[in-house]
Amino acid sequence: MSNNKNLRRIAVDPVTRVEGHGKITLLLDEQNHVREARFHIVEFRGFEKFIQGRPYWEVPYFVQRLCGICPVSHHLAAAKAVDQLVGVDALTPTSTKLRKLLHFGQTLQSHALHFFHLSSPDLLFGFGSNLEHRNIVGVIEDFPDLALKGVRLRKFGQQVIEVISGKRIHGAATVPGGMNKALTIEERDRLLADINDVLIWAQDAVALNEKIHTEHPENHGFARLNSNYLSMVGADGKLELYHGGLRASRPDGSKIFDQYDYRGYTHIIREEVRSWSYMKFPYLTELGRENGWYRVGPLARINNCDYISTALAEAARKRFVAFGNGGFVHDTLAYHWARMIEVLHSAESIHELLLDPEILGTDLVVKGEKREEGIGVIEAPRGTLFHHYTVNEDGTIKKANLIVSTTSNNQAMNESVRSVANEYLDGNEITEGLLNHLEVAIRAYDPCLSCATHALGKMPLEIELIDAAGEAIDRMSKASNGSIKRTL
Amino acid sequence: MSNKTITIDDIEVPFEEGQTIMDAALAAEIYIPHLCHKPGLSPHGSCKLCTVDVDGRAVSACTLPAAEGQRIDNNTPALNEVRKTITQMLFIEGNHLCPSCEKSGDCTLQAMAYHLGMLDGHFPQFYPQRELDASHPTLVLDRDRCILCELCVRASREYDGKDVFAISGRNTNRQLIVNSATGRLADSDIETDDMAAHICPVGAILIKDHGYEIPIGRRTFDLHSVAESDLGEIKLSNVRHHDE
Repeated sequence: MSNNKNLRRIAVDPVTRVEGHGKITLLLDEQNHVREARFHIVEFRGFEKFIQGRPYWEVPYFVQRLCGICPVSHHLAAAKAVDQLVGVDALTPTSTKLRKLLHFGQTLQSHALHFFHLSSPDLLFGFGSNLEHRNIVGVIEDFPDLALKGVRLRKFGQQVIEVISGKRIHGAATVPGGMNKALTIEERDRLLADINDVLIWAQDAVALNEKIHTEHPENHGFARLNSNYLSMVGADGKLELYHGGLRASRPDGSKIFDQYDYRGYTHIIREEVRSWSYMKFPYLTELGRENGWYRVGPLARINNCDYISTALAEAARKRFVAFGNGGFVHDTLAYHWARMIEVLHSAESIHELLLDPEILGTDLVVKGEKREEGIGVIEAPRGTLFHHYTVNEDGTIKKANLIVSTTSNNQAMNESVRSVANEYLDGNEITEGLLNHLEVAIRAYDPCLSCATHALGKMPLEIELIDAAGEAIDRMSKASNGSIKRTL
Repeated sequence: MSNKTITIDDIEVPFEEGQTIMDAALAAEIYIPHLCHKPGLSPHGSCKLCTVDVDGRAVSACTLPAAEGQRIDNNTPALNEVRKTITQMLFIEGNHLCPSCEKSGDCTLQAMAYHLGMLDGHFPQFYPQRELDASHPTLVLDRDRCILCELCVRASREYDGKDVFAISGRNTNRQLIVNSATGRLADSDIETDDMAAHICPVGAILIKDHGYEIPIGRRTFDLHSVAESDLGEIKLSNVRHHDE
């Protein structure tokens, strides 16, 4: 309940799925304007707690089970922390490249999944279009070529993951200080056989998203936020997904900090706990609790970086920058466009790495002197991902802190929901349009709950409108078959 | 060569005096599912997976001496169903988190579950509270995974000439304990090269700082089924007894 007695409360509450979903409460003032939006995360995972007391070398394997879409990100962030725990600051060139290859495969498949399977129905058919058709099956019916490209792009990313980790999901790749398997010539050639097609599909995906965004002016202001951005960048400011320094920028592009060693992250980021959500609210210490919230993920990375090291993606980035007239692009729906630029960069980088002779090396593990603390940070598909562990003398985990990407976008998602709700809430009426648009706003961030809640356009929801006196005055529910009915 | 025989699933199997049904079966390359048995260590009969039907009576093949003319049912749907149930109970009585376990792919319990077509735990999980002992500089004792097979107990006594482990408690409170003043592994005389440190079929005893080093596709049970693996195992022919 709101602490403010003058506010009305509207709750959007998924009712059937048991994990990977959120609940939205809109707090209204007397004029029916949305004063505050709360995107509750009602699931509780508890990983930080139950890895306490476990042996440190188990951690990358434990935490990758956080997710079925981007397990590689958790695996690698934890592995980077574990490298530090065993006193290794630099892996062998081959192991570094194998990890990068794995990570690019992961980014490619996760981004492709998000756009083609989850978001393309909204963008191709319109946010308010027929629910029964606005899903991946509808895309396959109306745009079979596009759907097939999406499926194949994702498949290629998964093949890269499988070759390196032995499985498409939840494989085994890292060991403390390195990797457990060299890449064979045969495996490399198998991936190279498909790379030219993948590069073409990735370019098509960028072109499609560029077109969707630039040709729909109504999309530009949708859920738009002039926010700060946080991401990792390479030493010279290039787009970097595996290892680099942290850069935070203000909405005007000026830098708050740059090339910050992520091992000192506790000095620049704090996390606020709010009673109504299990998800914390991180903020940049320098800007404070009120103003320090920021966005992470593809939009943050493409805005923040100075250039992209691969030619095709760099050309796509330049068009993105031109769209923003040289400044940052703050359009929330431009996340999709930025995401596809990263798909292209991932495909080009996979190509480069496969042609690098060092990728076939067999020197895979480095040893060092054990340390008590390890911090691993990586740019996961959804944004900057922090894994921080301390160990006891006996090698068991003493303490763990994870800031997952979606957490960093927590405040931003609330702000976007508020912005959209103000536009589409019609007096005391909950409308289907409101429901649809709220979903689209949240989905742009590709929060890790999107997979479970909207895989086939069947996110079960209940919205309740409660007035200032606490009386329910409207209630609407959407069943998992897509049918909507008023239940009050 | 003895002329005495038993019959296992209609196959005539020769045996030597003193051999158990399990010994005779393994020698004839007939697989009887088992977890607590290891050729070379004294039979124990605790896991009950090797339960066979001898002339209408259910017995443990690893402990019952072979006797002339025994007619034994082994690989039957009914017995395998019972074995599957036993395996399910072993899973739910401990905390077996295969997805993150470094023994996955090398775990005999997991391989047994696959062998018997086990698809779920069937019974409600016990979620027992069990202590992890990481006190030893090179070994970890993770009781969550222990199935109380006592292979480590016997390996320590019979092969290593030590007495590091024992099973204590009754019913659901049974657990693996360490024979040291503090009860901690660090204060016992176990060493990294001891057989007891390497014999655990489920990863309750592991070498520290190592894990996940064998890539998926090359682990023991990626390459062989549990039946092939147990039949092909090099037998511990030169078992030393601590009293020898």
